[in-house]
Amino acid sequence: MNNQLLQLPPDPLLERRRIVQQKAADSLGRRVFISRLFITLLGLAFVAVLVPLGSVLITLIHRGISSINWAFLSSLPTQPSLVAQNAIGGIGNAIEGTLVIDGLAALVAIPIALLLGLYLSESYSRPANFIRAITEIMTGLPSILLGVFAYIYIVVPSKSYSGLAGIVALGILMVPVIAKASELAFRGVPSTLREAGLALGARSSKVTRGIILPVALPGVITGVLLALARAMGETAPLLLVIGASSQWTWNPEHAMSALPLLTYLYSGSQYPSQQAAAWGVALTLVFMVMVLAVGSRVISARMRRERR
Amino acid sequence: MQLTDSDKTLSADVAERIRLSATSDRPYKYLLRSAAFFFGGVVLLFVWSVLHDAWPALHTFTYHLVTGKTWSPGTGPYGALPMITATLATTLIALVIAVPVGLCSALALLFVIPDRFRAIAASLIELLAAVPSVVYGLWGLFVVAPWFSHTVQPFLAGITGGRWPFNGPQVGFGLLLAGVVLAIMIMPTIVAVSRDVISVVPRELIEGGLSLGATRSQVFTRIVLPTAKTGILGAIALGAGRALGETIAVAMVIGNNPQIPHSLFSSGATLASTIATQFGDATGTTGSALAALALMLMVITAGVNALARILTNRARKLAT
Repeated sequence: MNNQLLQLPPDPLLERRRIVQQKAADSLGRRVFISRLFITLLGLAFVAVLVPLGSVLITLIHRGISSINWAFLSSLPTQPSLVAQNAIGGIGNAIEGTLVIDGLAALVAIPIALLLGLYLSESYSRPANFIRAITEIMTGLPSILLGVFAYIYIVVPSKSYSGLAGIVALGILMVPVIAKASELAFRGVPSTLREAGLALGARSSKVTRGIILPVALPGVITGVLLALARAMGETAPLLLVIGASSQWTWNPEHAMSALPLLTYLYSGSQYPSQQAAAWGVALTLVFMVMVLAVGSRVISARMRRERR
Repeated sequence: MQLTDSDKTLSADVAERIRLSATSDRPYKYLLRSAAFFFGGVVLLFVWSVLHDAWPALHTFTYHLVTGKTWSPGTGPYGALPMITATLATTLIALVIAVPVGLCSALALLFVIPDRFRAIAASLIELLAAVPSVVYGLWGLFVVAPWFSHTVQPFLAGITGGRWPFNGPQVGFGLLLAGVVLAIMIMPTIVAVSRDVISVVPRELIEGGLSLGATRSQVFTRIVLPTAKTGILGAIALGAGRALGETIAVAMVIGNNPQIPHSLFSSGATLASTIATQFGDATGTTGSALAALALMLMVITAGVNALARILTNRARKLAT
């Protein structure tokens, strides 16, 4: 009986399966080895990404912390000379300039960006899709181009460097970032909530004010703070337009100073004392940017938790 | 059933309110639309002003602006070929480093790192993106450049025996350093976007592969990556767009010497870094030629970003 079965011609399907299984079993050791190697490689790649981050942060703190003291943070910069190379003064007006320029740029950008975000979240018409494409492409354009724009449009006609030109450049930089983030946040509001509001007879402006804005607020705040953090670190547009003043200036029609600009200028300085101070300026800048970045996470996490 | 008078006034009231809400909501619609068109107008003004300033140079030098090999601010000639070459070269170096490492990190974030550490790992990548570019420039100039000149460059030159592409003075700064700094700066973009597009690869595909006896690396290379191909190309295009336009960090480490680079060690100047370092005190023809550089940069980066948008949108559509 058994012999008879064995003499039957082999079933081609079974035979094929046997060969595949045999091959898989034969190569299993090799494949598992390669797989382990690959997984290790993935982990190593991740570590390789973190090495530069660690190096940047450690050097920044190591070289920057020694410059930081109250006088440095609060006084005006002075021009070092050959006889007094260490007389570099402080960065008070650069901190002030950064806060004024970024704060005013945010004030200008936030209302426009929120309305733009609302428009994009509600409309799928042809012009809306066009504006959406423009918004997304603007997010990726190099910031230096906005510096060129502000230079042509504000610095040349007014014949002077001004904080205002920096505000315009950074404002235009922030609008698409905030608009994109708020569009996503508005889209995330459940449509049942929106429809409930409309069904109760509320106008869509009322629905926006009473339902959509409050529900989407954590996402909007995160977007605003991240845009602010990004704008705060921008050097290129400011380099062309704000003029690096060394005075306290509260009037944005005059030349102002800013931390990222000062970092750039000090790094190319001929005085070692200013080169060393560049690290202190950069540390201050990174600290301010990190406060915003961490703040955005904390705020949005807390608001989400409260809602539950 | 008869409607009473009060019912009639009520329904009239409701009808009135509906009519009112339809008309009185128009200001809201107009407000939104005007904000959108205001932004569109500002963008139009921005493009037009750069075009307007570049026009004299475009008119005078025509295609020599793109193909000319010499750039001498103040006197001319104005040829942007050195900058275009350096911009493309640094971006290419950055992509060669950042794409494989970034893709592997994205896979590691999704599949290798244990759940407990995943949130921390993701926020470390975000931290990398939050560091301002001027700080990367400072770090590249004072930390990496010295290390390059006494360790990395002699080592690389040793491999090829001092021949191309590792010939020339070993001074640290130059194309290679700019490319490496750019690679670090575009890494968060590539990791974040490719992680997003990989995470929407259907679970059934991955589990199907594993259940057929494929190892994890086989699943990654033969199922996950091919499925997410379009989105990954979009991530790469987004990274390329950032690298092409990055200004300050490059200006600090590339040497700002507008010459056609002849090796990876030579100094150069990109489109963006030339605008940053020369636009401030340029007048007349030089100013116009620099505006023409800005126009080239705008066209290139807008094109790359539009491509990235098309690719990532298509990937998202495929996933749903």
